[in-house]
Amino acid sequence: MAKLLEIEHLHTQFFTSAGVVEAVNDVSYDVEEGETLGLVGESGCGKSVSALSVLRLISWPPGRIVGGSIRFLGKDLLKLSDAEIRRVRGRQIAMVFQEPMTSLNPVLTIGLQITETLEHHLGMSGAQANARAVELLGMVGISDPERRLKQYPHHLSGGMRQRVMIALALSCEPKLIIADEPTTALDVTIQAQILELMKDLSKRLGVALIIITHNLGVVARYADRVNVMYAGKIVEEGTADQIYHNPHHPYTLGLLASVPRMDQHRGKRLVPIDGQPPDLTKLDNGCAYRPRCRWAIDRCANGIPSLEHVGNGQKAACFRSHELGDEARAVS
Amino acid sequence: MSAQAATAHTTRSLGSVEKGETLLEIRNLKKYFAVTEGAVVHRTVGDIKAVDDVSFTIRKGETLGLVGESGCGKTTTGRCILQLERPTAGEIVFEGTNLERLDQKAMIPMRQKMQVIFQDPYSSLNPRMKIGEILGEPMRVHGIQPDRAKRHKRVAELLGVCGLNPKFADRYPHEMSGGQRQRVGIARALCLNPDFIICDEAVSALDVSIQAQVINLLEDLREEFDLTYLFIAHDLSVVHHLCNRVAVMYLGKVMELAESDELFDHPMHPYTRALLSAVPVADPKIEAERQHQVLPGEVPSPINPPRGCVFHPRCPLAVDSCRAEIPPLRELRTGHWVACTQV
Repeated sequence: MAKLLEIEHLHTQFFTSAGVVEAVNDVSYDVEEGETLGLVGESGCGKSVSALSVLRLISWPPGRIVGGSIRFLGKDLLKLSDAEIRRVRGRQIAMVFQEPMTSLNPVLTIGLQITETLEHHLGMSGAQANARAVELLGMVGISDPERRLKQYPHHLSGGMRQRVMIALALSCEPKLIIADEPTTALDVTIQAQILELMKDLSKRLGVALIIITHNLGVVARYADRVNVMYAGKIVEEGTADQIYHNPHHPYTLGLLASVPRMDQHRGKRLVPIDGQPPDLTKLDNGCAYRPRCRWAIDRCANGIPSLEHVGNGQKAACFRSHELGDEARAVS
Repeated sequence: MSAQAATAHTTRSLGSVEKGETLLEIRNLKKYFAVTEGAVVHRTVGDIKAVDDVSFTIRKGETLGLVGESGCGKTTTGRCILQLERPTAGEIVFEGTNLERLDQKAMIPMRQKMQVIFQDPYSSLNPRMKIGEILGEPMRVHGIQPDRAKRHKRVAELLGVCGLNPKFADRYPHEMSGGQRQRVGIARALCLNPDFIICDEAVSALDVSIQAQVINLLEDLREEFDLTYLFIAHDLSVVHHLCNRVAVMYLGKVMELAESDELFDHPMHPYTRALLSAVPVADPKIEAERQHQVLPGEVPSPINPPRGCVFHPRCPLAVDSCRAEIPPLRELRTGHWVACTQV
């Protein structure tokens, strides 16, 4: 399949009074047409910032993209003018945010927010845009769309608002949708509705999807490929199956052992990862995961492991990934 | 005064509940919040039925999970047990004492025995107090450790128990991470040597790796101090892991109650089934094989809950009678209670 998005050596930093936060630290990954990529990791690992960087939504001050390239359909998004990137945002790459209450404008009707996008990007007339908005709301499963168009965001429940956000994201038929924790604020039964809807629409319309989440279950159900991030770097990359059944990085292994699972025996004690994520202003020349790692050796303090192939397209950033693969299989 | 002394006496004599006996009993608990209209004269135009006729018991030493989606009344139930809300109707009996009959003063010794851990470790700790003060204050207020030096020692001990460096006593909450703050919240719940702790979404705000640390800590403390937990949460995987018995709530009512293994292996109520099927499991192979039953619609407003069974508008099994009659909780298997007439 053709490459849609190619991110290479991306560095995004925040210049704060406490020091320079290396939120995204030399990150490279691709998204192919029509696939669903999961970006997992814990708070502060840089998963959202790496996605916001794609649309250049990092505000200065304090944040800035300091290096790398982001090629989308061959164009480097980092080299576009402000006017040009605005034509990409929403038109070719759309975004669905976590909190549908704060990402919709509370003083504009739902209809106006959707038709505005259509008129701006696609040059539709008011009547055309209105008809298309009705169609879009129907597509995301909102009943009685004509009436809903006249309503304000506060009239809708959280799940409904997130459906509106998805309708907005789909409105200009983008090639890629970035969904940043799209269901974290929602209840489980509503979460299932929204995720099924997104998966179904992305398949039907051939839209590629980046799902950013901390929920390993969501990734297991919906992602084709998975990138695991830790402290601003991708530490492991592979198909969902490889990541879950044959992890090659100690952090991935640690994450999987920390989640309680409904399908497993109750009495089994969780194996947490000791310690805490590092302060991103104080990274040294070693592997950032080293202080929490059970496999750490002297070498880990003197050099940052790069993301290397470990077989079948899977990659891991660990000096001991080959030994780890065998041991991890034995443990699980 | 004499009444208070008498109450204190009775609680002490009744305080020795053996493991496995009933520690807390909730009978027909109701909590309605009035919906008012009008700026000057408040007219009551309706009720939000946050908790509507809920009964269950908690045995000494067990962990009861209370699960459900936002607005199902699980937190309000917890707040009623702690008497942070006065129930509209119903009884809460803790160690043989009916809490509804106690006045504010008589409630004070009971509060020592029942503590709570809140969800958000950021807003539940006073940002202007040092950790040592946060943990010392309850002991001072309840007069269980009047001596300052001994209190300091106890604070250091509690921090140690919760896996924190005793030096943290001199720090402020903002100097700590979310996981560390939640450990402080747990230490604070422990400082009065309670019998019973309500964990209200106590691990929901934490990252996976930190969440596992705190879950393990809660398990260790349960063993070490003979604690009984009411574990309120929306995350079913965590509830499955931690709880002996589980009650599923929907729109102010208990829909199903059973031993944890029984409930997760043989869910009977259609709502519980949908809820379990909606939770993704962290394993792509299992996910590919699982049936995904997506529940249509949304939770209705608790102001005008549906007549009859509150779940009937979304229920795949609903028949005419479900629209008219409220299904009672029936014991369909030993210890397995279900509020549905169609299973």
